[in-house]
Amino acid sequence: MDVSAQHDASGNGGNVGEIMQAIAEHKGCGTTGGSGKASCGSQAGQGDLPTEIWEKVKNHPCYSEEAHHHYARMHVAVAPACNIQCNYCNRKYDCANESRPGVVSEKLTPEQAAKKVLAVASTIPQMTVLGIAGPGDPLANPEKTFKTFELIYNTAPDIKLCLSTNGLMLPDHVDTIAKYNVDHVTITINMIDPEIGAKIYPWIFYKHKRYTGYEAAKILTDRQLQGLEMLTERGILCKVNSVMIPGINDQHLVEVNKAVKSRGAFLHNIMPLISAPEHGTVFGLNGQRGPSAQELKALQDSCEGEMNMMRHCRQCRADAVGLLGEDRSAEFTTEKIMAMEVKYDADTRKAYQEKVEEERIAKVAAKQEELAELAGNSSDIKVLAAVATKGSGLINEHFGHAKEFQVYELSTAGAKFVGHRRVDLYCQGGYGEEDSLETIIRAINDCHAVFVAKIGGCPKGDLIKAGIEPVDQYAHEFIEKSAIAWFKAYLDKVNSGEVEHVERGDAAIRQGALISAA
Amino acid sequence: MPFKIIASQCTSCSACEPECPNVAIREKGGTFVIDPKKCTECLGHFDEPQCVAVCPVDNTCVIDTSLPRYQAPA
Ligand code: SF4
Ligand code: SF4
Ligand code: SF4
Repeated sequence: MDVSAQHDASGNGGNVGEIMQAIAEHKGCGTTGGSGKASCGSQAGQGDLPTEIWEKVKNHPCYSEEAHHHYARMHVAVAPACNIQCNYCNRKYDCANESRPGVVSEKLTPEQAAKKVLAVASTIPQMTVLGIAGPGDPLANPEKTFKTFELIYNTAPDIKLCLSTNGLMLPDHVDTIAKYNVDHVTITINMIDPEIGAKIYPWIFYKHKRYTGYEAAKILTDRQLQGLEMLTERGILCKVNSVMIPGINDQHLVEVNKAVKSRGAFLHNIMPLISAPEHGTVFGLNGQRGPSAQELKALQDSCEGEMNMMRHCRQCRADAVGLLGEDRSAEFTTEKIMAMEVKYDADTRKAYQEKVEEERIAKVAAKQEELAELAGNSSDIKVLAAVATKGSGLINEHFGHAKEFQVYELSTAGAKFVGHRRVDLYCQGGYGEEDSLETIIRAINDCHAVFVAKIGGCPKGDLIKAGIEPVDQYAHEFIEKSAIAWFKAYLDKVNSGEVEHVERGDAAIRQGALISAA
Repeated sequence: MPFKIIASQCTSCSACEPECPNVAIREKGGTFVIDPKKCTECLGHFDEPQCVAVCPVDNTCVIDTSLPRYQAPA
């Protein structure tokens, strides 16, 4: 591992900007990185990114939205114990906020988990990443976590390993993390000010003692930041997750963003608090609300000048399996896996992944062509568009089948991915009985258009009534190219006076962790 | 004066198991149980009973008052 490449990235502010910019360009054209200006380079390849970092992130579905279309990740639940208590978590149930299933999800032994990973990797060649995120804290269960990593490291070294932790025990395990070549660590950092921390964490268990209040939060933040520094010093990529809790840490997250950036975190993922009374969490019960889509986007935008933001995180469940919004975990239950004959075939996987690379290059080329057309236009108009997709960067999902929509911000700078909206009906956060079309309209209410492969006449009419244009003329074409073409036509219509540009309202964020409605 | 785990509240998170200095805790039938013969309330080891301090569900690791010594003499 080339430590110096990453060290540069963490040690020098200017460099971080450039690196962020380069990563941003892979995510979507027009993303504004540290240099503060939109840029649309021809980023089918590595760009300005140091080879070490590019190699690590390019196929990682959690670090690049674009990769999210082509590669899959899976999580295994081997770590049930936790050492802190969060007000947004009720450990009796699946935690919606931190990708942590509670007792209702199956727990695996390290041996079962390793077999599951190999079984999935052999069936789904896109599976390139294995994460351990819970249900508790992986580093509160170090034996189980590292045993799982060891087994996979020895049998399938091409699978990237990652780890999500609350950071309390991180400084003690940095050497082991480096030993198994874990290349991404996610730390959940919701505050750097213990006063604020005391409102989020009622207690921590540290060195055989339970600490509460300010003292607990102080220990936690010190350990988190120390762990982050130690990892980046060793060249291990660190992502920071923050849960946005309106009225508690929403303003403060801008400070958190600066603190983690200066310590070398390469990505910051601000996620909305998911809180409903029936989740039984402290926040759920005392009526703490989560942010709206616009509030979340505004905060992400205000941090983006500072560093690359991750907007596509789906807050997947800790035992999710699959690509994009899909969850194929039902195909891989413990029972089925233990009965399977697993043969790990690295060659088939490699061949498949090479094909994917070709697709990705074609997609970027298509986008460049369309952008060149847009180059002559200049306008301040920015609109959001929702896209129904099953992956591969194509508009290839029927309106009625979509479990989520990807949202792109369209401007003369291009099409920039800004998030996704879930419309599946899994969790009854108060929407359960409603008509699903209404739910969808509510979820994408801030969009001007929705791109689909196909749509029925009835929903079409209702969408138009709600002021959202259903667009099916780009079925099975590349998302970004199509969105830019549509936007160009939209601008022409506005300029010619055919349509009047009006701003859209806010949208609701769906409650609950992402799983397929069973 | 041993502790016990109230089974109906235990989430089986296993956090308590490795913390017990006397290896008194183990999994049994889906939840965790304390062996009253081994539990010393952590006296001599730690200031707080470890299972109580680490358990995420309040009042789940408690003193077992059903033992004979806690019963009022008849
Ligand atoms: S929870 Fe977020 S980071 Fe984890 S797999 Fe899902 S999208 Fe990726
Ligand atoms: S009180 Fe201490 S000795 Fe007794 S079960 Fe709990 S951890 Fe073990
Ligand atoms: S820590 Fe509490 S909830 Fe977890 S296994 Fe022990 S008794 Fe059960």
